[in-house]
Amino acid sequence: MANIISDETIEYVGILAKLELSEEEKQQAKKDMGSILDYIDKLNELDTAGAEPMSHVFPVNNVFREDVVVNGDDRENMLKNAPEQKDGAYKVPKTVEN
Amino acid sequence: MAKQYETVIGLEVHVELAAKTKIFCSCSTAFGGVPNTHTCPVCTGMPGSLPVLNKQVVEYAMAVGLATNCSIHQYSKFDRKNYFYPDNPQNYQISQLYLPICYEGGVEIETAAGKKTIGIHEIHMEEDAGKLIHDEWEDCTLVDYNRSGVPLIEIVSEPDMRSAEEVIAYLDKLGLIIRYLGASDCKLQEGSMRADVNLSVREAGTEKLGTRTEMKNLNSFKAITHAIEGERIRQIELLEEGKAVIQETRRWDDNKEYSYAMRSKEDAQDYRYFPDPDLVPIIISDEWIQQIRDRQPELRTEKLVRYRKEFDIPEYDAQIITESKKLADLFEEATAICKKPKKVSNWIMGETLRLLKERGMEPEEIKVSAGNLAKLIELTEAGTINGSVAKTVFEIMFQENMDPEQYAEEKGLKTVHDEGALRTTIEAVLAENPQSAADYKGGKEKALGFLVGQTMKAMKGKANPGAVNQMLKELLQ
Repeated sequence: MANIISDETIEYVGILAKLELSEEEKQQAKKDMGSILDYIDKLNELDTAGAEPMSHVFPVNNVFREDVVVNGDDRENMLKNAPEQKDGAYKVPKTVEN
Repeated sequence: MAKQYETVIGLEVHVELAAKTKIFCSCSTAFGGVPNTHTCPVCTGMPGSLPVLNKQVVEYAMAVGLATNCSIHQYSKFDRKNYFYPDNPQNYQISQLYLPICYEGGVEIETAAGKKTIGIHEIHMEEDAGKLIHDEWEDCTLVDYNRSGVPLIEIVSEPDMRSAEEVIAYLDKLGLIIRYLGASDCKLQEGSMRADVNLSVREAGTEKLGTRTEMKNLNSFKAITHAIEGERIRQIELLEEGKAVIQETRRWDDNKEYSYAMRSKEDAQDYRYFPDPDLVPIIISDEWIQQIRDRQPELRTEKLVRYRKEFDIPEYDAQIITESKKLADLFEEATAICKKPKKVSNWIMGETLRLLKERGMEPEEIKVSAGNLAKLIELTEAGTINGSVAKTVFEIMFQENMDPEQYAEEKGLKTVHDEGALRTTIEAVLAENPQSAADYKGGKEKALGFLVGQTMKAMKGKANPGAVNQMLKELLQ
């Protein structure tokens, strides 16, 4: 494997993803990420000189909506997705600053 | 001698656009709805939902860009900014990092120090986040996603400002332009305009920028001014003590009047931007740009120049009237009808502003039509009603807008032009007040005012004060 993922990188990615990994999982993730990067490296073998960078996979652009309110109050249904709810709002652990 | 420092300030201004629907879904953007009643799978980040861009948002962004002398990226797209926070149900905010819709513009500001151009680095479109409400009873947080997906533009300035005064002038100018365009009402207090202040200090005369901090939660000009002053002093003190300024985000506490560092190292900011695969690129043709350009209203700066040429009103009046598009429209339309710019201006500068202030209203809430204001002026000029009746009528028109002539007729407020009736009344007043009559004859000019007042009272305010004055003098000779 050409790409070696350091312990620090795994730790950092874990923090960003809000994941707590066991030692075993960390080792597995290091291996997986390394081989993903190896695979991506294959692309570097291609000569892309003169090719326009692609920003989207579909040859489609300008898909718009008109500014008209269509959606009504669907709170009851929407809140069914909430793990917990209170007073018509999504209830989450305390996160407000101060 | 103590070192001299220069303050360098750049602003990130978020403006909530006046679109009726959210940026990527057809939910209402109306303010103040019952929590979570303006939500759908898109703006609550449900898996499998697909965002579709609101065309009006693109047009507002272009309009603001053109009015602030920006160039338009004719190939523009959206990116995802990743972060975890409950106000953001998708765990990413859809924004524009690589190809923002507008770039490289600027606006001219004027302060006591003179005129200066503040550069605009870019303007990009993005979505707002939900609102978090702290629940005191259970010590938890409640989330309302009504605001999630409300369309915003972020206007990023160059670090061209050097003082709080320049910052305020710049915000004023942006607000004025955007309100004229109808793209937003730009109210700092209500959050439809929000400014983050990036500030650093450097020794006067040096080129290199110092380390900057970003201050958030500034929702009044007073908070901005105080936060800038406080942060400037804090950074200078650090440097004087030989310490370094740390690049960080600080939150302003309006009650305590100081800022504190918001984020700790554990949640290091790494947004991992990448192109949003759910949204296709925006291609803006020359024709589309031209269409937006053609639709732009006359902006304040151009209006002022034209007022100086077209209307004989004081510069100060022109300044105040053009500060609000609503007042400017009222002025221009009423003047077009009655051809008396000075009179119209007086009604706006006097009674209109007084009533707005007294009732805590915005110019947009004025109900009186230009036609009825012009009519009121004509009625007063013709002597059909007198000045004090006109004020009473205007106060009602201001909020109810009715035909002043019809109203004066119905309420019997028209000036009585019956000379015989006036003469009889004055004779009666003089007979009842012989002392005042004698005083006037004896040289006391003030006594005349009292007699005019008594006559007006006897006529129930419907006499022409000029005519009363004249006839009193005649009869007292």
